Amino acid sequence: MASAPSKQYSDDVSLLMVLLDTNPFFWGGTNTTTGVLSFSSFLTHVISFLNSIILLNQLNQVVVIATGFNSCDYIYESSTSEAIIVNSDNGQMPALCSKMLQKLEEFVIRDEQLSKENSPTGIVSSLLSGSLSLALCYIQKVFRSGPLHPHPRILCLQGSPDGPEQYVAVMNAIFSAQRSMVPIDSCVIGAQHSAFLQQASYITGGVYLKPQQLDGLFQYLTIQSRRLVPDMGMICTPTDPHKPNCATYP
Amino acid sequence: MNYNKTNNFGERRLNGEDKEEDDDDDEGNGRGMEAWERAYADERSWESLQEDESGLLRPIDNNTMQHAQYRRRLRTLSATAATSRIQKGLIRYLYIIIDLSRAAGEMDFKPSRMVVVAKHVEAFIREFFDQNPLSHIGLVTIKDGVAQCLTDLGGSPDSHIKALMGKLECSGDSSLQNALDLVHDYLNKIPSYGHREVLILYSALSTCDPGDVMETIKECKKSKIRCSVIGLSAEIYICKHLCQETGGSYSVALDEYHFKELLLEHAPPPPAIAEFAVGNLIKMGFPQRAAEGVISICSCHKEAKAGGGYTCPRCKARVCELPTECRICGLTLVSSPHLARSYHHLFPITPFEEVSPTLLNNSYHKLTKTCFGCQQSLLHSGNRPTLRVACPKCNQHFCLDCDIYIHESLHNCPGCESLRHSKPMNNNE
Repeated sequence: MASAPSKQYSDDVSLLMVLLDTNPFFWGGTNTTTGVLSFSSFLTHVISFLNSIILLNQLNQVVVIATGFNSCDYIYESSTSEAIIVNSDNGQMPALCSKMLQKLEEFVIRDEQLSKENSPTGIVSSLLSGSLSLALCYIQKVFRSGPLHPHPRILCLQGSPDGPEQYVAVMNAIFSAQRSMVPIDSCVIGAQHSAFLQQASYITGGVYLKPQQLDGLFQYLTIQSRRLVPDMGMICTPTDPHKPNCATYP
Repeated sequence: MNYNKTNNFGERRLNGEDKEEDDDDDEGNGRGMEAWERAYADERSWESLQEDESGLLRPIDNNTMQHAQYRRRLRTLSATAATSRIQKGLIRYLYIIIDLSRAAGEMDFKPSRMVVVAKHVEAFIREFFDQNPLSHIGLVTIKDGVAQCLTDLGGSPDSHIKALMGKLECSGDSSLQNALDLVHDYLNKIPSYGHREVLILYSALSTCDPGDVMETIKECKKSKIRCSVIGLSAEIYICKHLCQETGGSYSVALDEYHFKELLLEHAPPPPAIAEFAVGNLIKMGFPQRAAEGVISICSCHKEAKAGGGYTCPRCKARVCELPTECRICGLTLVSSPHLARSYHHLFPITPFEEVSPTLLNNSYHKLTKTCFGCQQSLLHSGNRPTLRVACPKCNQHFCLDCDIYIHESLHNCPGCESLRHSKPMNNNE
C-alpha cells in the first residue's frame, strides 16, 4: 500500500470488489438444476475476467472477498505488495491465480471446519450481509486515502438463495452503499432470482444480471462490465443490458 | 395578522438594536480592510494550532478528538437506552422555522447567518429523509414580524430546498409567537400517531409578539408539540422556557461547525415520550409498480403518463412517487425499502469496546495485525500497536475509522455478520 499515494489516479481508474459465493451447499448440491457450471470452471471464468480488468489499466484494483457458509474473508487484494511481485517461477500459473487459489483453498477448509460444530438445518444461504459489510468498510478506507481515489464498485457473484434472516443487515448495507454512491452489480448464477440483489442493484444504480447460458459467463461479465469499468467502453454491447426486474419486495 | 409592538421583551429588543448599531460600525471598519487582512482578522487561523510539550506548534489532532467525541456521544446514547425501554417515533411531522429577521443578515457567520443556515438546512433535510423515510417536513420563515409558510408538510426534499433557496432575504423583526401560532394550527390537523415537532433556527435576540407568548407555549404543550431551538447569537430565556416546557432541546451554536453538529443531532428520531405518542396500528399499502408502457392518469399531477408509477392496492389509483398518501382513499403508501431504512433505529448495534493499552503492550503478538473490516494495518511503523476497538459479541478488532463508519452509517458489525453461529444473537427479530 505504501506506493499507492504516489500514483496519479485519473477518472477512469476503478476498484472492483468481487464477492465470490463459495457456499459448499450450493456448489456441491445436486439441487442446482442448471448443473452445467462446476466451481472450477466458474473460477476459470472469474479469474479471466479479473485479469482482463487489471489488463485494461495498470492502476485498476481488484479485491476478492469470499462469501462462505460460516464465514467471510478477504481472498485477494491486487494493491498489496505481495500481489504485485510477479513470480511466475513455476512457469505455469500467473501470480494472480496461484496466490488467490491458495488463499481460497485455505478459506474453504477453514469454513468447512467451522461447520462441523453445527450441521445445517435446511438453510443453505451464504453470508451475503457479512461480505457486503466487509466490502463497504474496505471502500471507506479507499475513500479516506485522499481526494484522488479509484472509483469503487461491488460485484456480487451469488449462487445460493437469499437468507431471510439477513434481510435487515443486507438492507442496512445497501443503504450505506447508496449513501456513499457505490453501485452494487449482481450476477446471479443460481436457479432462482435473488430478491436481495435485485433490490441492491436497483437502489444503488448497479446492473442486475442473470445469465441464461452459464458456460458463457466470461462473455456476460465482460460485456456487462462495459458499464462497470469505463475503459470497457471500447467493447460494443450486442443488446441492451438487463434491467433489474424491480418488483417491490412484499 | 395583527402586528403590534406591545411585546414582553421590549428591553431585550432595545439592547439588541444597540448591539446591531455597534455591529454596523464594525462592518464599516471591515470594509476598509484589504481582503487578505480580513482573512487574518476573521478566520482566526491561529486557533487551530496547539502547543505540544516541547513548545512546538502543531495542528490540533482532529481525528482523535472527533473519535473521543463520538465515543462520548455513543456512551450517553447507550446509557439512556439501558435505563429504559425506548420507544422511537418513526413517523415524524417536523416544521423547521427559519428566522429571517434583520439579525439573520449579520456577518459573524461567514458570509452571513442566513446563508450558513440555508446551507446546513439543505444538508439536514437530505439527512432527515435518509433517516426518516416515512416522515414529513414543512418550512416556515419569520420576516418583518410575520410568520409565513414556505412549504407545506411533504416528503420530497428537493421541493423544500428549492423553495428555501428562492426566498433567502432578511428584514424586520422576529416573532416567536406568530411562528408558533401558525405551526400549531398546521400540526393540530395531523393524525395522532405522528410525532409533532418544531425546530426553530433563531438568529434574533428578541421577539416581537402581538400577544402573550406564554399562552402560546401552553397551547403547544397541550397539543404535544415538541419544540427545539438552535440559537445563533446568545441564550434567550423565552427559548429555553419553550424547550423546557415542551420537552425539546435548546442549544446555542458557537461557530459554523458546531451549528452543523447541533442541527444534525435532530435528524435521528428522538425517543418518544410515552404519553405523547400512543402506540397504535397504522394501515399501510404496498403498491405494485405498474408495468412499462401502460398509460394511465396519475392522481398526483392529474396528467396521463406512460409506464412507471405505482398502483394503490385499495383504490387502484396511480401515484408517481413513494412514500406518499393516496389522494383518493387516503391510504399511506410505502415500499418495503422505506420501512427497512428505519430498522436500524430499532436494532442498534452495540458500541465497541476499546482494547486496553495494557493488553496491547503485553501480548500484541497474539492480536490480529489488521483491522477486520478494512484490512488496514493496526500497527505503528515501529511495530507498536495503535488504538483499536473490539466488538463485544464477535471479538473482532477494528480500526477507529471503521468503528465510526460502522456505527454511523453501516449499522452492521462485519464481524458478527461474517459468522453464522452469532446470527441468532444479533438478529432478535
